[in-house]
Amino acid sequence: MEYIIAKYNYWMYVILMMVGFYAMIVKKNLVKKLLGLNIFQWAIIFFYISTAVKSGGATVPILHSALDTANINLYLNPLPHVLMLTAIVVGVSTTGVALALVILIYRKFQTLDEDEILDKLRELSGK
Amino acid sequence: MIRHQLPAIIIVAPFIMAILTNLIGLWSRSACYYAALFTAGVSLFSSIGILDTVISTGKISYRLGGWEPPWGIEYLVDHLNAYMLVIVTLIAFLSILYSYRFAEKDMPARIPQFYSLMLLLLTGLIGMTITGDAFNLYVLIEITSIACYALIAKGDDKSPLASFNYLIIGTAGACLYLIGVGYLYILTGSLNMADLTNLLPKVYHTKALLAAFFFFIVGIAIKMAFFPLHGWLPNAYNHSPDSVSAFMAGTVTKVCAYVLIRVMFTIFQPQYSLSIVPILPLLGWLSVGAMLYGCILALAQRELKNIFSYLIIAEVGYIVVGISTATKIGFTGSVLHILNDAIMMACLFFTAGAIAYKTGAKTIDDVKGIHKKMPLTTAGFTVGAVSVVGVPPTCGFFSKWYLLLGTIHSGEYHYTAGLLLSSLLCAIVLYRVLQSMYSQNNEISTKNDEAPATMLFPIYVTVFAILIIGFISGNIISTVIDKTIPIGFR
Repeated sequence: MEYIIAKYNYWMYVILMMVGFYAMIVKKNLVKKLLGLNIFQWAIIFFYISTAVKSGGATVPILHSALDTANINLYLNPLPHVLMLTAIVVGVSTTGVALALVILIYRKFQTLDEDEILDKLRELSGK
Repeated sequence: MIRHQLPAIIIVAPFIMAILTNLIGLWSRSACYYAALFTAGVSLFSSIGILDTVISTGKISYRLGGWEPPWGIEYLVDHLNAYMLVIVTLIAFLSILYSYRFAEKDMPARIPQFYSLMLLLLTGLIGMTITGDAFNLYVLIEITSIACYALIAKGDDKSPLASFNYLIIGTAGACLYLIGVGYLYILTGSLNMADLTNLLPKVYHTKALLAAFFFFIVGIAIKMAFFPLHGWLPNAYNHSPDSVSAFMAGTVTKVCAYVLIRVMFTIFQPQYSLSIVPILPLLGWLSVGAMLYGCILALAQRELKNIFSYLIIAEVGYIVVGISTATKIGFTGSVLHILNDAIMMACLFFTAGAIAYKTGAKTIDDVKGIHKKMPLTTAGFTVGAVSVVGVPPTCGFFSKWYLLLGTIHSGEYHYTAGLLLSSLLCAIVLYRVLQSMYSQNNEISTKNDEAPATMLFPIYVTVFAILIIGFISGNIISTVIDKTIPIGFR
C-alpha cells in the first residue's frame, strides 16, 4: 500500500492512460475515439509535469531578490514544463487535424458511428 | 563558408517555403509549384553537399543557435544520416516534380496549401533524419505525421476515414515514443542522443530502462508499419492522392526504419540491444511474419496501389530482418535495402499514378493491354517490378543478396527460408500485374497516348537509379554503409 501511495503520480498516469486507451479501442463513435486519444496524450503530459515536482515549497524559477538564487531546492525543474509546452502544441494541432477529418467524414456519410460508416462503405463498393 | 551552414539550410529552406507558398499563392498559383520545386532542389543539393563533407571529413556536429550540447539542440550528421538525407530529398524532389498535373487536376483551388503540406512533410522527414536530440525527434515525427494525415485526406471518398484511423494509431505510437523519452530523461537528465549513449550504460540493469526500450520499439514499429502493427498503412496509402502516395511510400516508413536503427544502436549502445535485452530474435520472427503476410495479402488484392501497399509491409520486414541477424553483412543489406526500397516503391507508385491519370485504371483488370497505349510507362513499371522481385542486375537483387548472406552467416536458416519464400510470392504478385499489362485487349485503343513529361521524367530517373545502383552498390557500401555498422556486429 505504501508502495502505491509513494508513487501515486505514476499510478494516476497509468490509470488515465488506460482510460484513454480503452476509449480509443472500444468506442464506436469517432469523436469519442478522439477524446480517448486526447486523454491518452494528457496522461503523458501529466506524467512529465509530475516528474518536475519537488516538495518543500519549491517554486517556478523566477529570479527574485527574496529567493536565494544559489539554492536549487527552491526551484522546480523547468525543462519538463518546457517540453510539455511543445507537446501541448503538438496535441492541439493533431486534434485540429482530426476534427477537420471528422467534419469531412460527417459530410460524406452523415454519421460518425464507425459501424454505420463501414456499412455505407460496403454499399458504395457493392454498387 | 556556406558549407558549414548546410545542415541548417537543408531544413530551414523547406520550412520557410512551406509558409511562404501560401502567400505566393495569393499572387500566382502556378508559381507555388516552381517555388516548391526550387526549395526541394535546394535541399537535394544541400544533402549531397553534406554527404560529400561527411565522406571527406567525418561527422558533422551543428549547434542550433550556438548552444553547446547537451543543453542546446544539436544536429549530428554521420554517414547514416547523410545517406538517408540524400534518399529523402531525392524522392521529395521527384515527387514534387511529378505532382504538377495532379495538383492542377485534383485540387485546382488548393494548390498553395497542397505544396505547403508537401514541404512541411519534407521538413519533418529531413528533421527526423538529421536531429541529434531525442525530444526534438518526437516533435518532428509529429510534424511529418500531421502533414501525412492532411495530405491523405485529399484523396478519394474513403480517404478521410483511412486518414482518421492512421491519425488515431499514429498519434498513439508517437505518444509511446514520448513516454520512452520521458523515462530516459528521468533516469539520466539528458535528451541529447550522443550524451545518452554515454550516460545510459550506468543504468542498463534497471527495469525502467527496459520499459523505456520497449516503449521506443513499439512506438516506432507503429510508425514504420512493422507487422503486426501495420494496420493503418494499406488503406491510408491506397486512398491517398496519387501525387503524394509515391512520396510517402518512398520515405515515411524508411525514415522510421532509420529511427529504429538510431534508437537501438545509438541511444542504446549495441551491447544493450544485442546481449542485455534479447530482442533481435523477436524482431526477426516478426519480420519473417511481415514478409510472408505482406506478400500473401498482396496476392489477394485487385487494386494496384493496394498491392504495392502490402508489398511495403513486406519490404519493412526485409529491412528489419537484416538488422536482426546482427551480422555486418545483414546490416549492410538492410541499409542498402532502405535506399533500394525507397526508389523501387517510388517507381511503382509513380507508374501506377501515371496510368490512373491517363486512363483512370486502378485495378489489375483495368490495366489490361496498357502496354500498347503507354509503352514507356509500362517499361518503367517493368523495371521497378523486376527490381522488387530481386532479379539481377537491378538494385533489388543486391540488397536481397546481402540480406540472404547475412541470414546464412548468422545461422538463422528460418530467416533465409522466409526471405526466399517471400521473394517467390512477390514474383507471383508482380507477374500477375505484368501479365495483365502485356496481354492483348481489343477494347482499349492502341493509339499511343503517353503520360506527360513531368511524370515520365521522375519515372525514368527512378528507373535509371534502379539500374545504376545495381552496378555501383559496391562503391556505396565501401564509402558509406561500412561506416554505419554498429560495434559488436559479427
